[in-house]
Amino acid sequence: MRVPILKQSQYVIASIQSALSDEDLLQLRDDLVQNVGRYRSRGVIVDVTVLDVMDSFAVRTLRAIAHMIRLRGAETVIVGIQPEVAFAMVQLGLTLEDVTTALDLEEGLAYLNHQMAGAAHVK
Amino acid sequence: MTTAIRPHGNDSSRPRADGTAALLRELVAHLRKNRTQLREEWARRITESKLLTAMTREEIFAEATSVYDNYVEVLETGSVEALQAYARNLSERIIPRGVETHEVLGIVLLLRDVLARSLFKKYQADFALLNAVLDAYEPAANRIANTVAVGFVQERERIIRQQQEAIRELSTPVLQVRDRLLILPIIGVIDPHRARQLTEQLLRGIRANRAKVVVVDITGVPSVDATVANHLVQTVDASRLMGANVIVTGLSSEIAQTLVTIGVDLSKINAVGDLQGGIEEAERLLGYTVTTPEPKPSEVKA
Repeated sequence: MRVPILKQSQYVIASIQSALSDEDLLQLRDDLVQNVGRYRSRGVIVDVTVLDVMDSFAVRTLRAIAHMIRLRGAETVIVGIQPEVAFAMVQLGLTLEDVTTALDLEEGLAYLNHQMAGAAHVK
Repeated sequence: MTTAIRPHGNDSSRPRADGTAALLRELVAHLRKNRTQLREEWARRITESKLLTAMTREEIFAEATSVYDNYVEVLETGSVEALQAYARNLSERIIPRGVETHEVLGIVLLLRDVLARSLFKKYQADFALLNAVLDAYEPAANRIANTVAVGFVQERERIIRQQQEAIRELSTPVLQVRDRLLILPIIGVIDPHRARQLTEQLLRGIRANRAKVVVVDITGVPSVDATVANHLVQTVDASRLMGANVIVTGLSSEIAQTLVTIGVDLSKINAVGDLQGGIEEAERLLGYTVTTPEPKPSEVKA
């Protein structure tokens, strides 16, 4: 299933609706990298609230997305990682080290707004 | 009758079972008749063996009476349900008084022996009959001993489980100090099981309170080992994935030394000396400023 990508002022939001196959993830990556350019977005939010499993491929792809988006001149925030998922990821050593994360969509938007305002921020 | 229940006989099981039942009936009658004397003998042996020292003589005698009657009833009906219920009830009453497993098992075995002795005495003239009576008596008696011991141990385990649960719930409070700021004071030794639970509770707390900063205070933790230290780092990582910053406070010098010796990656841990400092740091991160209000004129006078 293709992930819907929404444009919201200067940001694009990818809201994952169901479990994703590896192809879906790669498709999401390509879509996001393209859309950032098309909409001249400053920030990207990937909402993973519905995912109750995150395997190494998914984590690697999310990291790849964040790095690519950075090269395209925008910032990425992953939001909505569930407690169980967070715990499992850490146990598997998948810590998404250089990627910004936030509790939920609202927090993610607040973070990006803060960043855009150029103020000191809470990471 | 003796021929019918002789173990080596080629009889089918039916008459043998009837024989056993008849013998048990006889046995029960015998135990009822000598109730007072056997009970006293048993209570005396209990005191002699220094069992149930936590209880008074009268209490022992009262319990001995109940157990004795239940015992005879089981022999009569073959159903251990009433005895099970009684054993559970008895355990509930005596466990808080510090009665040990070996004592409970000891008194039941004593009763078995006392009764067996009285059977020896009664049937000593007829060896074959004595054998038959013991054949009928022993399985029933063992079953009773088993039931009481298992009942006692189960009750103990139930109490232990209950207390463990209580300790576990008490030991991991996640508290909100300010909007978006949680503190997690950890007191006592952390074992892997507790560490895991702490993490889970913290992550759930982060989501429930929409926390942005968490102060984990480990002033009350005497020592950590490699597993727990690793778990601490994992907790920090997992919280970050949920969008929260973790500040660890109250690392004692011993723990600091351990962490460095073990070689835990401390680059990701934001450590602050004490809880106060941790909360101040958290407030700074959240953008709070704490100021002392200007004293009102009325207060100045006072």
